[in-house]
Amino acid sequence: MKSLYTELQWLPAVPADFAARIKAAGASEQPLGRELQALANHALDLDQSIRLAKAIQKARTAGHPLDGLTPFRLAVLSNATIDFIVPALVAAAARHGIALEVIQPSYDQVAQEAFTPDSKVNSAKPDAVLFAIDYRAVPLKPVFGDAEAAAQNVQGVIAYLKSLQAAIKANSGATCIFQTFAPPAESIFGSLDRALPGSIKNQLNAINAQIGEFCLETGDVLFDVDGLAQTVGIADWHDVRMWNMGKFAFSPDLIPLYADHVARLVAALRGKSRRCLILDLDNTVWGGIIGDDGLEGIKIAQGDAVGEAHLAVQKLALDLRARGIVLAVCSKNEDEIARTPFQSHPEMLLRLNHIAVFHANWNDKATNIKAIAEELSLGIDAMVFLDDNPVERGLVRKLLPSVAVPELPEDAALYARTLTAAGYFEAVAFASEDLKRAGYYQDNARRVQLQKQVEGVDAYLASLDMTITFQPFNAPGRARIAQLINKSNQFNLTTRRYTETDVQSFEDDPSTFTLQVRLADTFGDNGMISVIICKPGSDATWEIDTWLMSCRVLGRKVENMVLAEILEHARRAGITRLTGTFLPTERNKLVIQHYAKLGFAQVSEDASGRTEWALDVAGAQPDTAPMRVISQGFTPLKENTVV
Amino acid sequence: MDAAEIYSRLTPIFQDIFDDDSIVPTAEMTAKDVDEWDSLSHIRMILAVEKEFSLKFSTTEVGHLEKVGDLVSLIQSRA
Repeated sequence: MKSLYTELQWLPAVPADFAARIKAAGASEQPLGRELQALANHALDLDQSIRLAKAIQKARTAGHPLDGLTPFRLAVLSNATIDFIVPALVAAAARHGIALEVIQPSYDQVAQEAFTPDSKVNSAKPDAVLFAIDYRAVPLKPVFGDAEAAAQNVQGVIAYLKSLQAAIKANSGATCIFQTFAPPAESIFGSLDRALPGSIKNQLNAINAQIGEFCLETGDVLFDVDGLAQTVGIADWHDVRMWNMGKFAFSPDLIPLYADHVARLVAALRGKSRRCLILDLDNTVWGGIIGDDGLEGIKIAQGDAVGEAHLAVQKLALDLRARGIVLAVCSKNEDEIARTPFQSHPEMLLRLNHIAVFHANWNDKATNIKAIAEELSLGIDAMVFLDDNPVERGLVRKLLPSVAVPELPEDAALYARTLTAAGYFEAVAFASEDLKRAGYYQDNARRVQLQKQVEGVDAYLASLDMTITFQPFNAPGRARIAQLINKSNQFNLTTRRYTETDVQSFEDDPSTFTLQVRLADTFGDNGMISVIICKPGSDATWEIDTWLMSCRVLGRKVENMVLAEILEHARRAGITRLTGTFLPTERNKLVIQHYAKLGFAQVSEDASGRTEWALDVAGAQPDTAPMRVISQGFTPLKENTVV
Repeated sequence: MDAAEIYSRLTPIFQDIFDDDSIVPTAEMTAKDVDEWDSLSHIRMILAVEKEFSLKFSTTEVGHLEKVGDLVSLIQSRA
């Protein structure tokens, strides 16, 4: 029965000093939340889970703060022995950032606890109630071949569960967590059990389907125990010896797995599910090393076992993305080389437009993951990092313990399964809200979708219902302006970095013309997406010192609108000529033709690739795009502000 | 496997499960001699012993255990 699931193999192995660390934690006066969570974040077996839970309980009793862990009160109602499950739940919850307090009534008191208003469970006012009941807890008899009686049985069970839910709702207001029922392994007819109305399996199938529907309707939480039991094997799940010996509803070996699944649901209820999958590239997204093996050498093709293993990772990433999980890349590579397969390899499923943030460089991965989280405005604790290299995994775990980093087996064939077995993206509901939460990046995906449906770029742009807002630099925008100046690489003509103090001095200098640009569209507000700084030059000229834009809004003619805005202010200020510079870097090839596209004439080019451009203000007629323009906060510039 | 080795491997299991670092299992020891030894910790102990010695006891075998000496004999008979 030793397997990925049974042994929680996505978690690092229990360290040799586990027992010593538990003892040390018990003796410590320090806040213990982080250390207990770190200890919990291993592949604990039942005994180790119980030991850790005892330490957590001791810390709680001694009044030591469980810093960083979110409190949650869970009542567990069961028809079976849950004395080992309760501590395992506490340990698994700590792994997921939850300080779990379990309310455990006496054995087999499900209905009594639910229906009595001042029962132990109801008076404890738990956050949630887990109905940890199995098929033995419900009145279910076989009625072979009698469809009508079977339907009545099913309705009877569902009515019972609904009445439990109504009672808990009325008496304590708690969220209910309902389990589906794992059918017994013993069959009566054989295969026919599934189809024959009135067999236990057939009735349980119907009940499970209705429990699912009921939870979707009421907003209560579904725990698919049947699915979990099938995953590990029904015969291993139902340990008949342990039922007889101590009324264990399922094998004690599987308690850590069961507890982790409950903890995922609780964490999801507290908004702790992960939001972003960060992928390593070499030997994770494809087989081989792109920098060494080249585009033809990497393994990523149908018909090749290694290639198909990595394709499975890509397929999974795409499926996760389709439900709102943001994808990012973090790879030690030359950026351009790392992007090549995404752009040019015919077998790749993942394309650059699926990747919200792409970090291929030689920085350490912890630094890159931090940068990715910042760029996405997501917490480090929303990140999952998938990497075949145990050294990189170890480094990220050490430097960024709140990033989820699954252990991976040697065989790439199991990467995708291992990632899903870890349950990082557990959801208790799926609504359009989820897609919204994935934010700008998911919106971008929808924009691409839309682009395919409408004819022509301008029609597409018009359908976006865009509003562009221009303002000069100001105090509210200052921090974001500085951030864009310091992190924009690709759409950045000069890549000049300025501090927030520098930004303020441009803001205060009446001879400098500045723009901060925001863009909203039918999908939402993109926030500030472009920054311009024009410095006064000689002979009524503005020199465009800085022009940068977020790549999120590429292809929207934002740059054309920006030029139109600059020209208008230039005219008002008596400026007759704009000059611009392109300073080449490793990352800004994107804008090498920026000024040419906007109608500037090239003035010079030097050996480094630096080009100078100029535009006559009076004659300029930039191509604009259909969008609403708001221009606010500008004081009319006077002639004498121009040097 | 000789009994002494079995006892030495049982000791940490007993100390952990019955939460007492001073417990040393002996042949005549029974549940009555240990505060924490109730029906649940008994089952936990059986599971831990099965894991330690990589074997599974039958329901009957577990039912016949009266004292630690019985457990040791059972392990010996199966090893």
